Amino acid sequence: MSTKRVTVLKTYKIYIGGQFPRTESGRYYVASNPKGEHLANMCLCSRKDVRDAIGTARGAFGGWSARAAFNRGQILYRIAEMLEGRKAQFIEELMLQGSSKVAAEKEITLSIDRLIYYSGWCDKYQQIFSSVNPVASSHFNFSALEPMGVVTIVAPQQSSLIGLVSVMAPVIAGGNTCVILASETKPLCAVTFAEVLNSSDLPGGVVNILTGKVSELLSHLSNHMDVNAVCFSESDTSSIKMVKENAALNVKRTAFYENEKWMNENTQSPYFINDFQEVKTTWHPIENIGGAKSGY
Amino acid sequence: MITTTPDFTATPRIDQVGVEERASRFTKRSIKDETKLNGLKLALNMIDLTTLEGKDTDGKVKQMCYKAMHLHDAYPGLPTVAAICVYPSMVAVAKKALGDSGIKVASVATAFPSGQSTRDVKLRDTKYAINQGADEIDMVISRGKFHQGEYNFVFDEIASIKEACGDARLKVILETGELGTYDKVRKASDIAMYAGADFIKTSTGKIQPAATMPVTLVMLEAIRDFYYKTGKKIAMKPAGGISKAKQALHYLVMLNEVLGEDWMNNEWFRFGASSLANDILMQLMKQKTGLYQSGDYFAND
Repeated sequence: MSTKRVTVLKTYKIYIGGQFPRTESGRYYVASNPKGEHLANMCLCSRKDVRDAIGTARGAFGGWSARAAFNRGQILYRIAEMLEGRKAQFIEELMLQGSSKVAAEKEITLSIDRLIYYSGWCDKYQQIFSSVNPVASSHFNFSALEPMGVVTIVAPQQSSLIGLVSVMAPVIAGGNTCVILASETKPLCAVTFAEVLNSSDLPGGVVNILTGKVSELLSHLSNHMDVNAVCFSESDTSSIKMVKENAALNVKRTAFYENEKWMNENTQSPYFINDFQEVKTTWHPIENIGGAKSGY
Repeated sequence: MITTTPDFTATPRIDQVGVEERASRFTKRSIKDETKLNGLKLALNMIDLTTLEGKDTDGKVKQMCYKAMHLHDAYPGLPTVAAICVYPSMVAVAKKALGDSGIKVASVATAFPSGQSTRDVKLRDTKYAINQGADEIDMVISRGKFHQGEYNFVFDEIASIKEACGDARLKVILETGELGTYDKVRKASDIAMYAGADFIKTSTGKIQPAATMPVTLVMLEAIRDFYYKTGKKIAMKPAGGISKAKQALHYLVMLNEVLGEDWMNNEWFRFGASSLANDILMQLMKQKTGLYQSGDYFAND
């Protein structure tokens, strides 16, 4: 007697501190595609999930920011390698969510290339944004970049994978850690991407990925006092206003990517890294400015 | 009055599974906002703010004393901590820095943390701390002798230190992480209480594991039994490993359910901790402002 095999479906969970817990709230929502087909039950994250993720990101910040820039580049490259190996799975998920095969293939290859792009920038952005400054006193004056700290990110909602990769990569390339709220309507790839991150050499807690409603979580992502910068990738004016007001509570940096075309190959630049860097200027006394025999 | 000293080879045996199960249940109580707020302030007021490092300097101790008196000035009406806890050589500095704030100075003594020295050295260590102005003495028991079964030695040592303390209250550190079993924790608790301890304390903070809920429960039950037998109240101090406000609330729940309200103040219960204070402050500010807080805005010491 033969029985028909039942396919084993994947449970889509969230990603915090290198682990895959369920939401503490025990709430779920249904992700479906444009045809109305049920794709998965996704975690509907709560305020406390945001709190836990931010705490974890803070814990991971010291180690990640202290790594050599070159090593961060190696790890980003490793993420790209892992993603390449699981291309087929992403194409399948993108198609389930309504992409055509051609578009899905383009999105995954572009995502891999974008990781390689930012991998290369890890040990180079410092050189182009730092400076030695001319001053009229006997000081050697220079400005260098430092990562902001913990960055909360609302990923582009219309894009499943490329949007997430495009906003995440520059943030971690610059030595920050982050908490990302994935696309509410197209969340599948975000969770699968977390599995990729987990099997690369990225330390747990550097990237944390939540799923849920922007309307419910945006205030918690932006008013937590232990967050140093907020990245918001939507163009809704009232949300932007709220983020700005909450950011003012402890002077968080904000970055709004309202109309970026992430599928455009040119939507990548070291300026995205610079958006989450602080400039530290140092005045180093020197004995005799003329003795340096230089222009500054 | 205590008339006879019991036979310490026959102290009650502890049911490990039962104790651990019961201790874990204290962590599952629902605590509403107003109770939480009161609990947090009470826990703050029970802290022995501690620095016990080889690198302690006068400056560090002074700064910690300032912190003890001004926990978070942005939050008016906060209590102070109960005491600060330092090495004997820092007692005078702390005493001067605290002035008439009412915060007590506790000093570790008796060859802390190992306790591997002679009776004479331990007594002189204790007397030195008392002469410097310590209000409380935290002594360690000789764990090696305890493991050899020389309970009378341990008993006599505690009794002689108690005598040297005079009016200062004596905390006896059992170093439960080195005792190994709950049976031994119970036995050491009984020995300490009959020998004259005012407090029994779990750990030095130098050995892992330090204070845990089950170990503290065993000690609280020893205190309860001692109280029923002799009518004398003994205080409790878990120390080491309690760094979160939520854990502190769990300990308070346990204290209330085992020993009752009479013990719910800093005369009868203390937390030995250094980073707990800031976590409680952050929780209090969270309750007040509705915003999760960042360590960046709270003084480290």
